[in-house]
Amino acid sequence: MTALLTTEGLQMRFGGVVAVDGVSLAINEGELRCLIGPNGAGKSTFFKCLTGQYKPTAGRIFWRGKDITALDPFAIARLGVGIKTQVPSLFDGLTALEGVCLCRHSSEAEAKRRAMRALERLGIGALANRRVGLLAHGQRQLVELAMVVAPEPDLIILDEPTAGMSTEETNRAADLIRELNQQHAIVVVEHDMQFIRAIARTVTVFHQGRVLMEDSAATVFADPRVRDVYLGKAVA
Amino acid sequence: MTVNVRTALQIVAALIVAGLAAWLLPQYLELFTLINATVFVSMGLLALSLGLIWGFGGILCFGQTAFFGIGGYTYAVAAINFGDTTWAVPLALLVPTAVAAALGYLMFFGRISDVYMGVITLTTTLILFKFANSTAGDQWTIGTAPLGGFNGIPGTPPLNFPLDPSNQLAPEQVFVVAVLALGICYAVAKLILRTRFGRVAVAIKENELRAELLGYDVRLHKLGLFAIGGFMAGLAGILFANCVFVSPTMFSLSYAGQVIIWVLVGGIGTLVGPVIGCMLIQALTTYAGTLSAIDPNLLLGVLFMLAVVVVPKGLLPTATTILLRLMRRGEP
Repeated sequence: MTALLTTEGLQMRFGGVVAVDGVSLAINEGELRCLIGPNGAGKSTFFKCLTGQYKPTAGRIFWRGKDITALDPFAIARLGVGIKTQVPSLFDGLTALEGVCLCRHSSEAEAKRRAMRALERLGIGALANRRVGLLAHGQRQLVELAMVVAPEPDLIILDEPTAGMSTEETNRAADLIRELNQQHAIVVVEHDMQFIRAIARTVTVFHQGRVLMEDSAATVFADPRVRDVYLGKAVA
Repeated sequence: MTVNVRTALQIVAALIVAGLAAWLLPQYLELFTLINATVFVSMGLLALSLGLIWGFGGILCFGQTAFFGIGGYTYAVAAINFGDTTWAVPLALLVPTAVAAALGYLMFFGRISDVYMGVITLTTTLILFKFANSTAGDQWTIGTAPLGGFNGIPGTPPLNFPLDPSNQLAPEQVFVVAVLALGICYAVAKLILRTRFGRVAVAIKENELRAELLGYDVRLHKLGLFAIGGFMAGLAGILFANCVFVSPTMFSLSYAGQVIIWVLVGGIGTLVGPVIGCMLIQALTTYAGTLSAIDPNLLLGVLFMLAVVVVPKGLLPTATTILLRLMRRGEP
């Protein structure tokens, strides 16, 4: 498989705190990768480095072999990377359809077609003409996901996509992510283990800014070190 | 660009109002009142420029008067030197636009936050105010145009017909030009907001991070809108120079603050609101100036406080909301 996104020795420092410390990993075409770890493990900082929101202190990021470390978020998005933030980041004053229509496209008609298809694909076609600011949290998460999916990116990066969702909504999100993975490579940054169990194939475990282990979901969940880091125990 | 019926009607209505004002008012108003009306219109255009970039682009420019003053001064200096306003006008539009683009580049590409943007723009206009005030000596002459320090350039030439410097516009004609310029700028602003560029600019105001994550260069869109605002403010400066004359006051804190008040009182997030706010407040302060018992500045302050408390969304959005409620109540 070809590597879509690769990081080499990625490091992010905030003064004396090293939030991400020499992380190297590769995301392949069509892959569904979960990045897990307890709070403060460096997952979200790593996510912000990948999406250009933070410029790493050291290390490099490659997209299909091209160095994109210095690129801004908009330039990374243009490469074909769909990005969903932890807190839904939406245009509250617009309807769901208007918001999703803002995805980059060749023409107005094409934007509308793609937007409607994305909304229907996520099962929220009926909300197309509702104002986003008036929607419930779970619906807002889905509208944002529609914005991410509409331009049909090669890679989708999701930061805690189920944050604030009910159990039912989380189960539905898991189904959706598996379905989306049939067409897009996906990276999910998450700490909800139930959700990860439902979707995961390959899991990378973060601990104190470093990669603790990277393996199949079954192996990772069976490893006592993973349980220990979630329980806050020291890990060698 | 797709123009919906509502936008088309708003543009047509604005152009009809501008056309009627340009046709009727010169016939009925006295010369002094007409010159005052031209000042109001030029200020209305200045308010429109800020209403566009602040209300729709989320760019709080506390020093919109910098471009207003630069437009006026460039026009006066160029008109005196060329002896003809034909090329002075495009130059006076180009210079404030270029200055706005340069300042915008430093702010947006420097990732300056909103609060500091307000401080930087205000400081810019105050520096220009200070500088313009210190240009009193003979050494401060550009070509044949003395900058005049505190007194400004009283001999600012009025507009002339293109390539015919001997045929200058009468105050009535300057009024017509000003009203049409305001109407056209409103229409252009409306159309800009219907383009993809405009819609993205509004989206950036709503959620900058999301717009960026959708692949839009936020800095470039803000820069574009800011430069358009600079262009319109520069045009307002040219019109103002035609009915008063250019002086450092154009850059002053008093003017810079007033524009903010006009926009807030009229209604931020609308284009007509700031123009209405400007006209009403100007008319009121002019009237208050004739009364010895009331200080116009005090009146302006009280009015602003009242507006913030009673109509926090501004006059136009509040009036629209009330009207819509009344219409719904009337429905069966």
